[in-house]
Amino acid sequence: MSTSSDLRFPRSASTTGRVAPKYIRHGSGTRGGFEMAAWLFMRLSGIVLVVLIFGHLFVNLMLGDGVHAIDFGFVAGKWASPFWQWWDLAMLWLAMLHGTNGVRTIVNDYAERAGVRLWLLVVLYAAAAAIVILGTLVIFTFDPCPVVNGVPTGADFCPKP
Amino acid sequence: MSASTAEPASKVELPASMGGGGEIPTFDITLKVRRYNPEVSDESHWDEFKLTMYGTDRVLDALHKAKWDIDGSLSFRRSCAHGVCGSDAMRINGRNRLACKTLLKDLDTSKPITVEPIKGLPVEKDLIVDMEPFFQSYREIMPFLITKGHEPTKERLQSAEDRERFDDTTKCILCAACTSSCPVFWTDGQYFGPAAIVNAHRFIFDSRDDAGDLRLEILNDKEGVWRCRTTFNCSEACPRGIQVTQAIAEVKQAILARQF
Repeated sequence: MSTSSDLRFPRSASTTGRVAPKYIRHGSGTRGGFEMAAWLFMRLSGIVLVVLIFGHLFVNLMLGDGVHAIDFGFVAGKWASPFWQWWDLAMLWLAMLHGTNGVRTIVNDYAERAGVRLWLLVVLYAAAAAIVILGTLVIFTFDPCPVVNGVPTGADFCPKP
Repeated sequence: MSASTAEPASKVELPASMGGGGEIPTFDITLKVRRYNPEVSDESHWDEFKLTMYGTDRVLDALHKAKWDIDGSLSFRRSCAHGVCGSDAMRINGRNRLACKTLLKDLDTSKPITVEPIKGLPVEKDLIVDMEPFFQSYREIMPFLITKGHEPTKERLQSAEDRERFDDTTKCILCAACTSSCPVFWTDGQYFGPAAIVNAHRFIFDSRDDAGDLRLEILNDKEGVWRCRTTFNCSEACPRGIQVTQAIAEVKQAILARQF
């Protein structure tokens, strides 16, 4: 459409230079696709997290001996099952992305200087990446009975050599 | 010819027992106004005016009294003074309201009544802010009917239900009380702001308009509707009672519905 560009900014004051620079939108190349996805992700992940977290709390704190059953062996037992591995993985990823995106919006809302905003976001993304990567690694490589230099160093319930 | 013509009703002296104009209670107030004059100082300061006002007076009347009787340099905008033109939005006791719709008796008159310019827009003098960034966002959402196809020979008909769909957002008077109450707009002046979204809503949901997609595309911007944090400040500030946050949510849903 040839007229659309004319229609979009009718008599925009931004061309007259009368509006202070802090109010002028720099025609963002990426129209809000990402922001929309982030907004939607927050809602959907929130719903899924309610199920995952309350399921996690119920199984850990209420079932059987409840909170008294939790020890190293209990966690090791859970992670021996692929079901709980994937459950915890989903919880880790969704919670981290949900939380990171929340803090990202807060930084964008309240950091006024571009430099401060950039560094806060760099620290945030680095921290989130570290936790997600380490967490994923732990869930899938967790071995309750490691053997170090031929010597078993695991917990009491580990098979004795 | 009779010797005495009857006085018009308004001139008739009423006995004190019947009440009347003189019965309106008066009270003393302290009006604390944030003053700013860039020709004198870069800093703003508070000025206090001690005034005797009537129970029927509004904050605008107090400002008039201060300006007309005490300090003529006090500057503020007002046009119709009856809640329609949207000129006199200001921050009264920390809340955005129209000075012409806020009765003094509804405020706590035992304490000073603070009056400040609306936040987030550059102050020009005293209570007058530069509204240009606000109107720039308003213009960008194209607040006018856009149609395609043939012009009808008569008016463009619309059912009562279709009209009802966007009735709430037709009430906007562009006073900027909502946009300047939005904490996101305070720190990010590039955000379109509630008022622009409300006025886009008015056309997006108008069955006679054909440019809804174009407006949704504009508001799907990084600085568009996704910037809204649903804090409801705008709905609370609106002197016309528009459910602003709900209108923004409806625009969000319309953008999503268009994608999927």
